[in-house]
Amino acid sequence: MRKLLLLSTITLVGLIFIARLFYLQVYNEDPYNLLDDNAIRKVYDYPKRGYIYDRNGKLLVANQPSYDVMFIPREVKPLDTLELCNLLNISKEDFINFYNKAYRYSPRLPSVFIPQLSRMEYAVLQEKIRKYEGFYIQKRSLRDYQTTIGANVLGDIGEVNNYIIQNEPYYKSGDLIGKQGVELSYEEELRGVKGIKFIQKDRFNRDIGPYKEGIYDTLPEPGKDISITIDSDLQEYGELLMRHKHGGIIALEPSSGEILAMVSAPSYNPNLLVGRQRSRNFTKLYNDTIAKPLYDRSLKAQYPPGSPFKVMSALIGLQEGVVTTQDQFSCRHGYYLGSRRLTACHSHVSPISMNQGIAQSCNAYFVNVYRRIIDKYDKPSEGMDVWSNHVKSFGLGDYLGYDLKIGNKGRIPDGAFYDKWYGENRWSSTYNISNSIGQGEVETTPIQLANMVAAISNRGHYYTPHIIKSIEGDTIDEKYTTPKHTTIDKAHFEPVVQGMFDVYNTGTAYNLRVPGIDICGKTGTAENFMRINGKRTQLTDHSIFVAFAPKDDPKIAIAVFVENGYWGSRFAGRIASLMIEKYIRGEVTMEAMENWILTHSLENEYAKPYSGKEFGINRQSALQVIDRITKDTVINPVSTRKSPFNQ
Amino acid sequence: MQRDFRGLDFDWITIALFLLLVGFGWLNIMSASHTGEVVSYFDMSHPYGKQSIFIIFTFVLIILILALDAKFYERFASIIYILSMISLLGLFLFGKNVNGALGWYGIGGMTLQPSEFAKFATSLAVAKYISDLQTNMKTLKDQVKAAGIIALPAIIIVLQNDTGSALVYVAFFFVFYREGLQQIYLVVAVFLVLLAVLALKFNVVVAVLVAGLLIFGHHFFGQKKRPHIVQPIAILLLCLAVSFGIKYFYNNILQFHQKDRISLWLRLENDPQKLRELKQTILYNLHESEKAISSGGLTGKGFMQGTRTTGKFVPEQHTDYIFSTVGEEWGFLGSALLVILFVALLLRILYLAELQKSQFSRVYGYCVASILFFHFLINIGMVMGLIPTIGIPLPFFSYGGSALWAFTILLFIFIKLDSNRINEW
Repeated sequence: MRKLLLLSTITLVGLIFIARLFYLQVYNEDPYNLLDDNAIRKVYDYPKRGYIYDRNGKLLVANQPSYDVMFIPREVKPLDTLELCNLLNISKEDFINFYNKAYRYSPRLPSVFIPQLSRMEYAVLQEKIRKYEGFYIQKRSLRDYQTTIGANVLGDIGEVNNYIIQNEPYYKSGDLIGKQGVELSYEEELRGVKGIKFIQKDRFNRDIGPYKEGIYDTLPEPGKDISITIDSDLQEYGELLMRHKHGGIIALEPSSGEILAMVSAPSYNPNLLVGRQRSRNFTKLYNDTIAKPLYDRSLKAQYPPGSPFKVMSALIGLQEGVVTTQDQFSCRHGYYLGSRRLTACHSHVSPISMNQGIAQSCNAYFVNVYRRIIDKYDKPSEGMDVWSNHVKSFGLGDYLGYDLKIGNKGRIPDGAFYDKWYGENRWSSTYNISNSIGQGEVETTPIQLANMVAAISNRGHYYTPHIIKSIEGDTIDEKYTTPKHTTIDKAHFEPVVQGMFDVYNTGTAYNLRVPGIDICGKTGTAENFMRINGKRTQLTDHSIFVAFAPKDDPKIAIAVFVENGYWGSRFAGRIASLMIEKYIRGEVTMEAMENWILTHSLENEYAKPYSGKEFGINRQSALQVIDRITKDTVINPVSTRKSPFNQ
Repeated sequence: MQRDFRGLDFDWITIALFLLLVGFGWLNIMSASHTGEVVSYFDMSHPYGKQSIFIIFTFVLIILILALDAKFYERFASIIYILSMISLLGLFLFGKNVNGALGWYGIGGMTLQPSEFAKFATSLAVAKYISDLQTNMKTLKDQVKAAGIIALPAIIIVLQNDTGSALVYVAFFFVFYREGLQQIYLVVAVFLVLLAVLALKFNVVVAVLVAGLLIFGHHFFGQKKRPHIVQPIAILLLCLAVSFGIKYFYNNILQFHQKDRISLWLRLENDPQKLRELKQTILYNLHESEKAISSGGLTGKGFMQGTRTTGKFVPEQHTDYIFSTVGEEWGFLGSALLVILFVALLLRILYLAELQKSQFSRVYGYCVASILFFHFLINIGMVMGLIPTIGIPLPFFSYGGSALWAFTILLFIFIKLDSNRINEW
C-alpha cells in the first residue's frame, strides 16, 4: 500500500494537467486569428477613396488631406507649453486636459491631440513640431466636396459604429464608411481595399519588427472612381427652386432609367459634414425634427399621389375593356351614388370623355371607370386584385430596386387588404372609390411616381431607376439595363398620353406651357392631415405635378411634390415646367414663372401647426412673398423653431 | 535477468527520457529567448547559447558520475551533505543577491546556486540515514532525526529568502511515508491543508464545523472500539487553535507578495479595483502565461512562431515560465506530450526504485522521484494557474546551469546506483 501513494499522486497530477491543458487550449479556445492577436500590431494603409463625377464628367467629390496632431504621453519631454498652445490655438487648461485624458487611456499608445487641422494651421505647425518630442502629425484623408448641392444624393462618410465593426470584419474602429447616399450604396467600390501590415509587438507595446518578415502584409487597392447619373446643373437648379419649400423632385431619363435630379427640400450643404465640425453639424441637422433636412423626401416621403394617379385608372380601364376613349360620363360637381355625393369635383364641361377627363382632372369620370373595373368581376376582391396587379406592374406599391439604400414601399391595396378590413365580400367598389383619384388607401413616393410617368412616356415599359452611370473598370448591374414591361398594351397609352398633353394645351396646366416643348403632364392636389395635440387636423393640400417631355421622344420624366403647396399647378407644376425647360433647352426662358417661384415661400405654411394657434388652410392661407432667392443666398440649414412634440 | 555488459547496463529508457526533455527544453529556451536571427547556437549573449554550453558540460558531469564507483555515493553521502550545507551557509558571507534572494555565488561571469545542489546532497543523506540498520522510521526518535536532515537546508534557504526552493523539501514526506512513517501523518497533513484552505477561503467557524463533522463522524461510525468522548473534543479544540493560528500566520507573518499569491489562488479578493491592480502586478505573469497557452490551441503556432513568445509577453519565460512557450508553440498535443514524458520518467524511476535490492538505492530513488515530481507539480501547476505562484524551475527544461546540473547529478547518481543493483555489495 505504501508504494502506491506517490505512484497514484503522480498519475493523478498528470491527468489533472492534461485536463487543464485540454480546457485551456481545446475546449476554451476561440479559433486563432492573426487579426485578433493583440501581440501583433495591425497597421492599415488606407487607399485613396474613389472620386465621384456627375453624368457630364463634372467632379463632385474629391479628397482633401487633413492633419491630426498626435502624441504619445510617455514620450513627451518638458516643453514650452505656452508656445505650443499658441500654435494650436488652445488654452493651457485644454493642454493639461488633453494630456491627462490621453495618459489615462494609455501612456504608451498614440492619442489624437488636436484632430483635423486645416492646411493653414498645418503649414505653421509643420516647421515647429520637431521641437516637441512625443508629438507628431498624422495625415488623414477627408472628403472634399467640389459643390454645395446634392447632399442627399452624395451622402457623406463617417466613422464606423460598433454594430458595423461587429458584423463586418473588414471595418476596424476609426475606419470611415459611407453613411448615406452614393457613398453608402457604392461603399465597396469607392473605398477600395486597405492594405495591412502585421508588426510584432513586445509586452510594452513597442514594435519590434515585421511579423514573419511581412509575408502576410498586403498592399492597398485604390478605390474606384464612379460617375453618377445626376445632371449637376439640373440638380442645382432644382434645389434652388425648392428653397423655402418642403418636398421632393425626381427627374428620370425614361430611355435608361437614370436619375437626372433627385432633390429633397430642405437640404443642406454637404461640406457641413466634413472635418472637425461634422459631429456638431450632424447633431443640429438631426435634431431639426420639423424641417428634417436629413430625411430624403424624394425617396422616403410617402404621400397620396392625388390626381396624377387618375391616368392609371384610365389605362387599366382601357386594358380591361370596360371603357373606350369615346365613353362619356356626366359630372355634376361630383360623383353621385343615388342622391349622395361621394366625391366632389370642380367646374368643367359635362358629360366628359377620357381626353378631357384627364385634361380637366374630372373626379367623377375616373370614379366611374374605377367602378367598372372592379365591378367587371364577380367578387369585389377579384376586381381589386386585377386592378392592384396592373398598378403594381408600374413599380408602385413595392421597393423599386434602385441603388440607393433608403426608400419606402408605398401602398397599393389589393382584395385581401379590404377583405381584412371589411370582411370577405362585405364591401364593394363604392367603398374605396377614392383610390381611383389617388386618394384613399393609395400612397406613393416621389421616385415611384416619376417612374410611373417614365413608364407611360415609354408607352409601357421602364428601366429600374438608378444613380450609377459608370464605375471605373467595372460594369453596372444588369438589372438597370433590362427593361421591365407593364401589363398594359402599348396601344392603350396613346389616348392617355394625348390626354396628358392636353393638360398643357387646354387643361389644368394651361398656364404652365413652355413654348417650343411638347410637355405632357398631370396636376395633382392631395388632401393631408396631421395630428396636432392629439387632434386630426387638415392642413393645406399638397401640390403635386408629374410630367414628361418631349411628347414623342421623351428625354425627361419628372415628379414634383411640394408639401402644403395647395394645388398642383401652383408650385409643383411651375417647378416641373422650369426643370423640363432647363434640362431640354439648357436655359430658362420663362422668367416670370421662375421669378414667381423664387420669390414665394411656404415657410409660414410649415410654421402653422407649431404656432399653437388656430389657423386656416387652403383658401385662407396667404402666400408669403420674399426677396428673390439666388444661388448665393445662404440658407440656414437648421430650423430654429421648436417642435411641440419633442419638448 | 542476466546483464552481460558491465559498465553499459544503465537504464536506457530513463536516459532517453532525460535526453528528450533536455533537447525539447533547449528548443523552447531558444524560442523564448532569441531576438532576431539566430546566428550561432552557442551565441553566449543569449540564454539559448549559454544553455548549449550548460548542456555540453552536463555530459561531462554524466560521464564523471557514471565513471565513479556506485559505492562511492553511499560511503561519502554524509560528507557530500556536510559540504553542501557549508556551501549554503557560505552564502551569508559571499552570496550574491538576485531578485531579493541571497542564493548565488558569483564566479567570474557565471553564477552558481548551491540550493539546487543541496537537493541531491540531502537525498543522499536521507537515503544513508534511513538505510542504516539502526534506523527505524516507525519510531518518533528517528523520524525527528530524519526530519532534521531535511530541515537544516530548508531553514537556511528560507533565511536566505528563497521560500520557493525551501518548499521542495516537503517532497521528502513521500520518501518517509514509503519507509514506514505512520498513516496518521498523512491523515493529519491532508487534514491540515483542508483546514487551512477552509479557514482562509471561508472563515474559522466553517473550518471548525467541517473538521468537527469529520472527527465526530469518524468517532461514532468509523471505529470498532470507541475511545472516550474527550478525545475527539480535544482534537476539535486543537483544530480551532490551528485554524486561528493559520489565520494569524496568513495575516501577520506572510510577506505581502506571498499573501497576494495565496489570495489570488483562493480567489479571496472581491474588490474589483484591487483585483485589477493585482492583474497588472502579481497576476500579470500568470495572466500572460495562461493567455499564451490558450492561444496555442490544439496544434500550436509552430516552433519559433509564437506571437506572445516572440513579443516577450510572459516575463521569465525561458526560466520558470518555459511551459507557456510549449503551450503556445506546440499546442495541446505538444504540451500534453511533455506532461506524459514527465509522468513516464517519474513512474520509470519509481518502478526502478522498487526493484532495488539495497535500501539505500531504493530510498535514494524515491528521493529523486519525489523531488522531480514536486518541481513538476509546482511549476506546471503554477504556469497554468492551478497552484499559487512559487518560482521553481521545471527540471531539465528551464534555462539555468545550476538547476540543470543539479537535476542531472540527482538523476544520474540514481542511474548509476541502479546499474549496480545486481552486484554484490
